[in-house]
Amino acid sequence: MTEHILLRHREIPGLDQLETYRKHGGYDTFKRVVTSMEPQAVVDLVRASGLRGRGGAGFPTGVKWGFLTRDVFPHYVVANADESEPGTFKDREILESNPYQFLEGLAICSFAAKANVAYVYCRGEFWDLAHVLEDKIEQLYQEGLLGEDVFGSGYDLDIYVHLGAGAYICGEETALLESLEGKLGQPRLRPPFPAAEGLYASPTVVNNVETITNLPPILEKGVEWFRSHGTERSPGVKIFSLSGNVNRPGNYELPLGTTFRELIYEHGGGIPEGRSIKAIMPAGASSAILPATDEVLDTPMDYESVAAIDSQLGSASVIVVDDSVNMRWLVSKTVHFFRHESCGKCTPCREGTYWMDHIAARLAADQAYPDDAKLLLDVAHGMQGKCLCALGEFSVMAVITAMKHFPEDFNVHDGDDR
Amino acid sequence: MLLEKHQSEVERILAKYPDDHKRSAVMPLLFLVQHEEGYVEAQAIQEIADILGLDPTQVSSLIGFYTLFHNQPGGKYRIQICTDLPCALNGAEEFLDGLCRRLGVQPGEITEDGLFSIEPVMCLACCDKAPMFQIQAPDGVHYFERQTVDKAMDVIEALREGEAHD
Repeated sequence: MTEHILLRHREIPGLDQLETYRKHGGYDTFKRVVTSMEPQAVVDLVRASGLRGRGGAGFPTGVKWGFLTRDVFPHYVVANADESEPGTFKDREILESNPYQFLEGLAICSFAAKANVAYVYCRGEFWDLAHVLEDKIEQLYQEGLLGEDVFGSGYDLDIYVHLGAGAYICGEETALLESLEGKLGQPRLRPPFPAAEGLYASPTVVNNVETITNLPPILEKGVEWFRSHGTERSPGVKIFSLSGNVNRPGNYELPLGTTFRELIYEHGGGIPEGRSIKAIMPAGASSAILPATDEVLDTPMDYESVAAIDSQLGSASVIVVDDSVNMRWLVSKTVHFFRHESCGKCTPCREGTYWMDHIAARLAADQAYPDDAKLLLDVAHGMQGKCLCALGEFSVMAVITAMKHFPEDFNVHDGDDR
Repeated sequence: MLLEKHQSEVERILAKYPDDHKRSAVMPLLFLVQHEEGYVEAQAIQEIADILGLDPTQVSSLIGFYTLFHNQPGGKYRIQICTDLPCALNGAEEFLDGLCRRLGVQPGEITEDGLFSIEPVMCLACCDKAPMFQIQAPDGVHYFERQTVDKAMDVIEALREGEAHD
């Protein structure tokens, strides 16, 4: 196993202490960036690195920064720490165990974006973690690594932690901004995109915690080094959150392009109790479900390859499902989640998830009406392409793909008129 | 008045946001007042609205929208068990049932001593350490990972004992 780039605390005990972090080169990179580079040079370098957003969409980070309106100020940076996708638990490990690399990355991002204020939007359930993070930020001020005129560069930066209060939709960046403004967390119509009108209608960059944590090593070691990991179009390493029916669930930092088979069998130790694998959800509850064929297992986990087999890598939260699981039950779990988390703003999602939840619950409880399976699929197809944001669109993925790949699990009570 | 009791904390919260965007402080202030009673009272909604120059409806709508805010009393300690897919694949639903039986309550009910309520919740980003739960307590939200019913009862009994000595 090569050394970790993001989960460095696994090799370096005490990395969550500022003294230890600095002893291992921490804040040397930010110092060099802020005292000797122009913000545009940082943007160009990150764009050249090919780093793509690790929150799920996989959009090139440097390109996103480049969209910022140049002549309207203030600019804001918001770190998305609202980690809520079922199956995703990578940002929590970063924030708990390697917080300073994230905070240094946030400072670099803010400098590149010409922002003097950054917010960390942390899901409310990360209460303990958020309070520790606030203490660590306070320590950065005391050490002169944050605040006015950092390293005598003339650059000022304040970082604040803001707690959410339990709403999955706030992971969507425009809903997050609404929530940060003190409103209901409901997505905005786009355009305008946050880079033009984000927080308080000012140009804003919103980046995921893992994306931001990539920045110090990229700025330290350069584009070529970064691109020596992963694939050409999906460079770098990724934290894969592995969960479900697997012997060793957990976070695994691996190059993009690692196969499902290697993750699940070599790192995850395979399927418990001698059962066999049935399906894979590569992107949490939002996934298009993949049947665990040899072709799928040997697919490299990068953005393009997973899309090529009709699914998506998303935030790389890989849920393993074994052959003891009935897909009717699984679908009832995912649609129940989306019904609960639908923000209610757009009708297709609000009503669609409500009805999918009801129908899937009947199917899972073996109390279905004769046409329920068909009705469920009809509702799902009816929602597709009509929702305001990705939550609604993703809520139908498991329904449609489970019924496509495992139709036998839905052939229940045919002809039973109850 | 609740907020007079927490003057310095209120000021610390307000300082995080630009002068013309103090509305951003509404959720932190709701957390602050919720710590007193475990839920947000009507009076506190009015106070927050007054501080931020909002309509009380704009404040109370947030309580309905966000699951960590409550407008009714629950157990002093709200036990919130993740039963989402990854946890459910690892016994979370059985764990919820087992813990309910031991406590003698149904999901959503409060124990006779008023201390504990129990409910299933959505993903808590702890999928590799299932079954797990969080306790929403007066002093914040805390995680308990890799649980069994026995281990959870130890946590609950320890909290009960602490209350008896208070």
